[in-house]
Amino acid sequence: MTLRADIPDETFTGILAKAFRNTAFVTGFVITLLILAMAILSYVWTPYDVTRLVIADKTQGPSLAHWFGTDHFGRDILAMIMVGARNSIAVALVAVGIGMGVGVPLGAFAAARGGLVDEALMRVNDLVFAFPALLSAIMITAIFGPGAVNAIIAIGIFNIPVFARVARAGALAIWPREFILAARAAGKSSTQISVEHVLPNIATLLLVQGTIQFALGILAEAGLSYLGLGAQPPMPSWGRMLFDAQTRMVVAPWMAIFPGMAIVVTVLGLNLLGDGIADILDPKSRRQR
Amino acid sequence: MSLLEIEDLSLTIGGARILKGMGISVAPGEIMGLVGESGSGKSMAALTVMRLLPHAARATGRVSFDGIDILAASEDQMCALRGDDIGMVFQEPMTALNPVKTIGEQVAEGIRWHSGATRAEAEDRARKMLDRVGLPEAKFPLSRYPHELSGGQRQRVVIAIACALKPKLLIADEPTTALDVVLQAQILDLLRDLVAENRMGLLLISHDLAVVTEMADRITILRHGEVMEAGDTAPTLSAQLHPYTRQLAQASMHVPARPKTHLADTAAKPLLEVEGVTRDYRGRRISLFRRAPDVRAVDDVSLSMAAGQSVALVGRSGCGKSTLARMVLALDRPSSGAIRFRGETITGRSEAELAPARRDMQVVFQDPYGSFDPRQKVERLIAEPLHVLEKWPTRAERREMVAHALHEVGLDQRDMDKYPHEFSGGQRQRLSIARAIITRPKLVVADEPVSALDVSIRAQILDLFASLNQKLGIAYLFITHDLTVARAITDEVLVMHEGRIVERGKTNDVLDRPQSEAARALVAAAPDLHRAIARRMQEQG
Repeated sequence: MTLRADIPDETFTGILAKAFRNTAFVTGFVITLLILAMAILSYVWTPYDVTRLVIADKTQGPSLAHWFGTDHFGRDILAMIMVGARNSIAVALVAVGIGMGVGVPLGAFAAARGGLVDEALMRVNDLVFAFPALLSAIMITAIFGPGAVNAIIAIGIFNIPVFARVARAGALAIWPREFILAARAAGKSSTQISVEHVLPNIATLLLVQGTIQFALGILAEAGLSYLGLGAQPPMPSWGRMLFDAQTRMVVAPWMAIFPGMAIVVTVLGLNLLGDGIADILDPKSRRQR
Repeated sequence: MSLLEIEDLSLTIGGARILKGMGISVAPGEIMGLVGESGSGKSMAALTVMRLLPHAARATGRVSFDGIDILAASEDQMCALRGDDIGMVFQEPMTALNPVKTIGEQVAEGIRWHSGATRAEAEDRARKMLDRVGLPEAKFPLSRYPHELSGGQRQRVVIAIACALKPKLLIADEPTTALDVVLQAQILDLLRDLVAENRMGLLLISHDLAVVTEMADRITILRHGEVMEAGDTAPTLSAQLHPYTRQLAQASMHVPARPKTHLADTAAKPLLEVEGVTRDYRGRRISLFRRAPDVRAVDDVSLSMAAGQSVALVGRSGCGKSTLARMVLALDRPSSGAIRFRGETITGRSEAELAPARRDMQVVFQDPYGSFDPRQKVERLIAEPLHVLEKWPTRAERREMVAHALHEVGLDQRDMDKYPHEFSGGQRQRLSIARAIITRPKLVVADEPVSALDVSIRAQILDLFASLNQKLGIAYLFITHDLTVARAITDEVLVMHEGRIVERGKTNDVLDRPQSEAARALVAAAPDLHRAIARRMQEQG
């Protein structure tokens, strides 16, 4: 009589009910939703036009007219944060997409083949992993020129080994299971088995890693645009706003506080979301609840 | 005076009633057998005595151990009792030991904690205890790690930990279920000796009636949390007054009806031929430039099976029988030798060339939990082998075939829209069989297909195997360490030992008059309910 850990009570409503009892998940989910809503809203409405400079209103503190104050060109900070969210999310999302799209098949393939192929792929992986991501991103943007697209590619490439590793580790744990053996005995090819049996069973792992990489992507994008290698003016971006605020910290602290807060809150929200998902879907933590 | 006395114990876990007014007692020096099928609450009863229940559990009633009221005792009192006066042996020796600590540390840990002995003293006592359980210093120094030991050796370490402080009561929860019959006999002997030496009380929990009969002075039969019958072992089991006792005893000795038996017909072309197959595994790398010598898992094995014939491959764990099965299924390649299925060689073929052979060759695994992808519905899981058909059936045809296969194994066709976790262990094994027969194969390889099941379920599954053999003429290669299973449904038996087949012949001949050393050891160690009851009758009168 053993207690089985891996019996999933996996009805959709069951998971949903569990999700809404999990504080981390709910908090993270709400924050992420708010940031997303803000970014989407910015397409149809912003309090002020972010490209119009109103020198008369420059470096004003928070007020009823400008909730988060204005910058040194008189642009509304709230409006800039809203538009900047668009940029941050797009860069991070596409970068995660690149990482997953290339990394997961690579990792799954390495796990399925094993032997020399696995060894070779993973050593190349280590090589890419060995470069500090931000430094290499700087190198790439320095060669191909600054801009949002190059930032996406740079961050995306460094997501690949992360996903390849996670996918490979997860797949290696699934491969020796008996249902895989049964599928092999039924004559399925390793590609088919990877798609039908392995990937669905490591999906939660990848989902959690995805939210973490998403948060890291937002940080990386902010870092790059702070260095002037990300989205170019007049397109506002959070990192750029921090850079502009740097020299005016003493006279106009709101210029740094609000974009900084935006980054912190977004990353926090995504991390909570990832933690929450891991908790909900992990059978081990499930039993204790 | 009883050592352990449980009266009117009721236990609920999150609304589910696990135990209902259960009672049991153990006297010093006595072996009490607690028998029940999975879900009967026997492990929970043991955990109640240790007060190691899950947090959501609520227990009422009276549990007294050596004059102490267990249910009212403080956590400090319990810590003093656990490991010192009450020892526990668990089912799974793989997970009951800490993999990063040496066996010496793990045995000495309890001694130091409870007796306040110095490290040197504790290690000295740990050494003596390990010697006692049959792990002598020369081969098993204290510095060994659990992964360096085999399953049986690990279970000896677990017993050494449990008995190191000479507890008054030892609770053994399915201590031999994960071991093969020869190891099982050795571990049971060890437990019996330890009980006699120290006048320990032993609460032996098992689903295996034969094991309990051989060991226990008294027996308690539990079902759905209620005691069905309790009393001295021999009279209880020979009279079988309670219907459930009778049902359990009959299920343990069940032999399915098989009117037709197929014996190897030398004239007909054999279905499966294995010729001189050998499988080597490369030795583990022990340093950068050196490898351990290769391990020969299967050594020059030849066998042949006729269509419709049912053959058992028996042997102790690690004898290479599962490796052989994998090679027969073309899931592993032999290092040398050839395997022919229906006259065609299957060794060294590509997956595409194997498709026709795969249609006629299916597999049933031991673990009904692990052999299904938890994220797919039954319809897809059972239809999986259809993939090798020449023509991929339409969805309607597929559902039709799945429904038919489910019907054949005694399940409802509405079950195809459920997930595997919605089924019990026995039902899942039926699903496994449904998956195996959906392509109408000629050969099914079954690797310990009933050893994870309760006795009554096991009897049903054996019946199902037998009836499918009769109805569809499927040949079986049964891999098992359980001789009752071999006897129940096979015509021929092959005894495997250290990679070689050491004996072969008709099942009854081999099992009644084993010739080889390995076969004799297996037969002698196998628990047999008839024999055990007869012996008990003599002893207890």
